[in-house]
Amino acid sequence: MSYEPDKMTPRQGLASGSQAWREVSVPSTQLADAVAAISQGRSPDHQDVAALPTTGRFAGLFGSAIEDGSVVLRAALARYHGLEIVSSIVAPGPDGRPGRYEALTPAVPGAVWYEREIADLFGLVPEGHPRVDPLVLPRNPGQDPPMPGRRMPGQVKPVPLDETPLPAHLAGEGVFTLPYGPVRSGVFESVQFLVETPGEDIPHLRARVYHKHRGIEVRFQGLSPSDGVLLAERVEGVASVAHATAFSQAIESLGDGGVNVPSAALLVRAAHAELERVANHLDSTVRHTEAAGQAVAYARLTWHKERIMRLRADLCGHRFGRGVVVIGGVAGAPMLAPAAAVAHLSRIEADVRADVDLLMSTSSFIDRIRGTGVLKPQLALSRGAIGPVGRASGLDEDVRAYRPYGAYAIIEMPAHRYRDSGDALARQLVRNEEMWGAFEICRRALEGLTRYPSDGPWQVPVPPVDGTAWGWVEAPQGELLYLVETESGRLRRVKPRSASFHNFSLFPDVFIGDIFTDFAFIEASFGLSMAGVAN
Amino acid sequence: MPWVTRGLRNGVLTSRYPARPDGYGEHWRGAVVVRQTSTRPAHPDLPGICPTGAITSTGDGVPEVDRGKCILCGRCVAEQPDVFAFDPSFEVADLARPALVVPHREETAASLAVLRSDLARRARALRRSVHLRHIDAGSDGSEEWEIAALLGPVYDVHRLGIFFTASPRHADLLLVTGAGSAGMAEPLRSTYEAMPDPRVVMAVGTDAISGGLVSPSYATGCGVSGKVPVDIWVPGSPPSPFAILHGILIAIGRLPRYKDRS
Repeated sequence: MSYEPDKMTPRQGLASGSQAWREVSVPSTQLADAVAAISQGRSPDHQDVAALPTTGRFAGLFGSAIEDGSVVLRAALARYHGLEIVSSIVAPGPDGRPGRYEALTPAVPGAVWYEREIADLFGLVPEGHPRVDPLVLPRNPGQDPPMPGRRMPGQVKPVPLDETPLPAHLAGEGVFTLPYGPVRSGVFESVQFLVETPGEDIPHLRARVYHKHRGIEVRFQGLSPSDGVLLAERVEGVASVAHATAFSQAIESLGDGGVNVPSAALLVRAAHAELERVANHLDSTVRHTEAAGQAVAYARLTWHKERIMRLRADLCGHRFGRGVVVIGGVAGAPMLAPAAAVAHLSRIEADVRADVDLLMSTSSFIDRIRGTGVLKPQLALSRGAIGPVGRASGLDEDVRAYRPYGAYAIIEMPAHRYRDSGDALARQLVRNEEMWGAFEICRRALEGLTRYPSDGPWQVPVPPVDGTAWGWVEAPQGELLYLVETESGRLRRVKPRSASFHNFSLFPDVFIGDIFTDFAFIEASFGLSMAGVAN
Repeated sequence: MPWVTRGLRNGVLTSRYPARPDGYGEHWRGAVVVRQTSTRPAHPDLPGICPTGAITSTGDGVPEVDRGKCILCGRCVAEQPDVFAFDPSFEVADLARPALVVPHREETAASLAVLRSDLARRARALRRSVHLRHIDAGSDGSEEWEIAALLGPVYDVHRLGIFFTASPRHADLLLVTGAGSAGMAEPLRSTYEAMPDPRVVMAVGTDAISGGLVSPSYATGCGVSGKVPVDIWVPGSPPSPFAILHGILIAIGRLPRYKDRS
């Protein structure tokens, strides 16, 4: 699909990132058809909406409450070089009843979790949705939804559900429902899996993610953009740099043409983002080796991950890179000279490569991940799987290459191969290559820094501008989107959409033919953070 | 058998802490301290600098920093470098919530002694071998990484007789992370109830202590202390593996001897 610049809001050319997007409004009765038509590449039934784009991958459904109780729904459709937004206003029903709209899910399967989340947070009823169970916030009948975006958001007090009756979808001799979580065996984030099983197979699995819901979206409201960056870093703590960057890019793109972030600052952001990617991919690999009982590989890779965390702290003073990204640039020069950092990085890379190469030729390890947790390419395509999970199932989209932002518009990206066998092995192979690419990009970014004066400027002032903006980056988990709306210099509505949320809805669908002992591998190979799923 | 030689390749990587100081993290943010200077430039709104309200002004103009609220963003250090500074020490955990406020008030010292002897009495049986259970009550995910790092070769807590256990029935020490999300209130309570006496609870991270930047929110408490009785408070956003290890050592009464605190 070629890029048509004349159809886009003229926002490309930003140094901060070519945040090219445009929004088209349709009546709420036409939203489902319009989004379905675009994601399937056909013409919409309502021909009067001539401005609609022709094709795009469904990337999320975002809600924003406005003061009269209406909710603006925005469907994001990702295209090469840009984001298309189809929006529509859903009015509240008569007599204070919840607003209703035609559900997207029947024609756009990727919307299934988004519509459940919107039902929880805004109380909207998606008509025709197959299963509107609570996802992120169970509410008792009569309880008001929090309505993120409203100036006085609802002060809903979540009530713990009665979890004693375990719902069962399967019937059969000896089939029972096993709750696994929310307190897991080991050091994990809280999530509950309901495993319906006759004993060893996992024919059916569901996930309950609401235990960790923290109401972060509402917490953003009223903050200044500079405080918003700090909160964005804590939405999904293992991807702090990605979240801070996506949020900042949205703020920096507000107004006429946005601001030009210094190139040196963009290089620092990219260097930290790539170290974050290496750390996350190593974490996924460590969990694989732990599950496979590869004790030496586990110890070695844990050591390498620790070295990466220490390198990040040496560069900025924080092991997760928090405080690096500020609105308009970065906080300052790296605390470690770029040449020293490159030398250190290359030593770590040589060790990681040697150990990963040995691991990938260890048959007792490969046997555990080959053919495990297959995400079929057709399913990945229909649901729009993103990140390493999508790239292991035949989808090659990488935001850094498709919609380049920041330093990725100037640094040449090493070529990546995608895989299509869709199993845990494919996801491991994709992550390995991405790690080598991340080392390379990080090195190029650090070397590029030597061409700039070390005393800055590292930051440009960003005047407060009211409006709506989108930010996107390729987080370690995949495409990360931020919807940001500002009002009087404060944040009115912020909706982070992490790749973990988007991909996790696929997780229950990959257990066909797998047994209990495969669970840890499938979970590790998805590499998701629950904090990003139920924020 | 290539893994055998690979395992021997780099020798011993494990820290000697707490037998010896480690020296790691000498130039990064462990905690915020208030500088002891006599000439203090007046600032109209010192508390207003802090995004989590960790800074308060006392009567005589000396600001106090509550490390239990501080997320180490460094804004106060950047804006008022002659008043605030970063201290690289990771030994920031303490036994009482008020003890996280620096500079230390005099009245906290006496209450700390009481708490220390109470904890020592309870934890006497745990000194040589302690079993830990972790529970996430709404963390951002980073605390879990730092706790899991303790099992790697660099920190290797097994050498100290510290083990992680899957069942709360076998656990002596509960590590709680996160701001106390409503959805985890009941699982947290039942996990604590399932532990045998004596049991010790550690709040790991600023979120678990006060809610940090995440609270106030309709879906979280201001930390986990309203749901379980916290014995050890480990500030940090997230606390580094050494900071968490230091907290565990306080819990089992095995503080580093080379710098015995009176």
